[in-house]
Amino acid sequence: MANKTDYKNIWVYIETECGQAKPVGHELLNPARKLADEKQCQLIAVVIGKDVEEVAKTAISYGADSAILVDGPEYEYYTTDAFAGAMEQLIGKYKPETVIIGATNNGRDMGPRVSCNLKTGLTADCTDLAIDEETGNIAWTRPTFGGNLMATIMCPDHRPQMGTVRPGVFKKGAFDEGKTGEIVKEDIHIAESDIRTKLIERVKEVAEAVNLEEAEIIITGGRGVGSAEGFKTLQELADELDATVGCSRAVVDAGWMPHAYQVGQSGKTVAPKLYIACGVSGAIQHVAGMSGSDYIVAINKDEDAPIFDVADFGIVGNLFEVLPVLTEQIKKQRA
Amino acid sequence: MNILVCIKQVPDTNEIKIDPVTHTLVRKGVPSIVNPFDTYALEVGVRLKEQLGGKVVVISMGPEQAKEALKTCLSVGADDAYLISDRKFGGSDTLATSYILSSAVKAVEEKEGLKFDLILCGKQAVDGDTAQVGPEMAEHLDLPQITYALDIVYEDDKIQVKRECDDGYDMITTTLPAVVTVVKLPYEPRYATIRTKMAAKKKEIPTLTFDDLKTDEAYCGLGGSPTKVKGTYTPNREKNGVKLNGVEANDAGAQLAEWLQTNKIL
Repeated sequence: MANKTDYKNIWVYIETECGQAKPVGHELLNPARKLADEKQCQLIAVVIGKDVEEVAKTAISYGADSAILVDGPEYEYYTTDAFAGAMEQLIGKYKPETVIIGATNNGRDMGPRVSCNLKTGLTADCTDLAIDEETGNIAWTRPTFGGNLMATIMCPDHRPQMGTVRPGVFKKGAFDEGKTGEIVKEDIHIAESDIRTKLIERVKEVAEAVNLEEAEIIITGGRGVGSAEGFKTLQELADELDATVGCSRAVVDAGWMPHAYQVGQSGKTVAPKLYIACGVSGAIQHVAGMSGSDYIVAINKDEDAPIFDVADFGIVGNLFEVLPVLTEQIKKQRA
Repeated sequence: MNILVCIKQVPDTNEIKIDPVTHTLVRKGVPSIVNPFDTYALEVGVRLKEQLGGKVVVISMGPEQAKEALKTCLSVGADDAYLISDRKFGGSDTLATSYILSSAVKAVEEKEGLKFDLILCGKQAVDGDTAQVGPEMAEHLDLPQITYALDIVYEDDKIQVKRECDDGYDMITTTLPAVVTVVKLPYEPRYATIRTKMAAKKKEIPTLTFDDLKTDEAYCGLGGSPTKVKGTYTPNREKNGVKLNGVEANDAGAQLAEWLQTNKIL
């Protein structure tokens, strides 16, 4: 077990690919800033990628005190061996007390590899972070059993304490362009022969990047939409509101929409200002992914649908009758 | 190709009830199933074996009851099954679980007299939802890993894996042996037949205990787990919102538009 007093500061890992940061890293700087202030320690952004010095600067603008930068051609695309290898070396050298990683597919691929290498604890897919008053440990809260139960986990004796946190749960903090901080460049390189997986081809199935996590307004369709065609009615309202269309798991299973659009425990977690659920029954797995929305509207034929329990405004009715009226009314309001 | 598939017996999370007083899972009356992602891992494993020859072995860590889940696997294509079970393993977090399972890999290899070329897991169990045991096993065993697989194809001593990503998929290759965790497949897992069920029922499932695995007790069970559950609670997401029932669509749509405007949501 690690000598706990050797370990200091909070790290947020900023995931990049092709030189671009994934939004979750910047989101996590916001709650991590509060934790660092409470603990009176440094908040450090860790950026691994190719040509990513700009990303490190951006992380400082979003609240990090400083950044550690690992830059190299082997980090253009994610591989387990290169990224986990670099992260392990960094943690070994700097001994952070806490490491927070975005729970993307790549974050959840790298995180356990690193924590297992260091023989420390990793809490998966968290939705809340706090400091335990009694011990000063991070209290990691996460949904379990498909969102039916929330569990708070701690890593009392091992360091660093690590966790992956769901994208879309936290909102980005204020961006301060003038904020400065040190960027420490670490010359870590992983030999090609040590990278045991190779990316052969990347296939895009979705025409444009689906950015549900950053959307201000989301209009989601469920089984009640009835067909892929049925989503046109949702899209018309979305066009008017500059909203993003999402869907429930049933829709993905039926093949009407790709998985990239799915909201819920096995899809994206979202917290927009307005969430309009159309023909979504509101299974707990779905609700777990959207209950953080500021306002929830539900339209469903079934008056007993559980989605009405979490809605601020519910309409028992046919979505194909209600939505066009709503679209027209909003057009009128705006005319 | 010799393939090991790690499976977990889980409660059907669609049927789960939480005790409102104790905030713990009510297990009574909730059906146990093979973790759905693991059924995909098994199916792709069995198909690779059918194509290339070799053996598919399934293991599961859990109580005696988990033998039922292993029987199910034997009825849909697995050749052999082992239960990994010991009181000393109880309360393990993902690090301890992956340590025990990776020790079990070696023990099963000895028992079977073979080496595994491929270790398959479901991407995550639907009860814990951590997705950590697969990658942690790969780290313990110092093997390459590919997570979130949508399909696996074998070619020239390598596997090619279709890996799920945000807006499509990546094609990734790796050498064997390797660990792959599976999300879904282009096809559904096969069903058992009466004949395969009967055969599975007759098959003996050996139990490997602490003593069989040569594990270090300091890294097993609750005591060997760096993470501790501090508490659980049932999320309360209910709101007392407006609900229009029996209101004609024109009127309902207009009321909603007005509500959105009054509350300055738009």
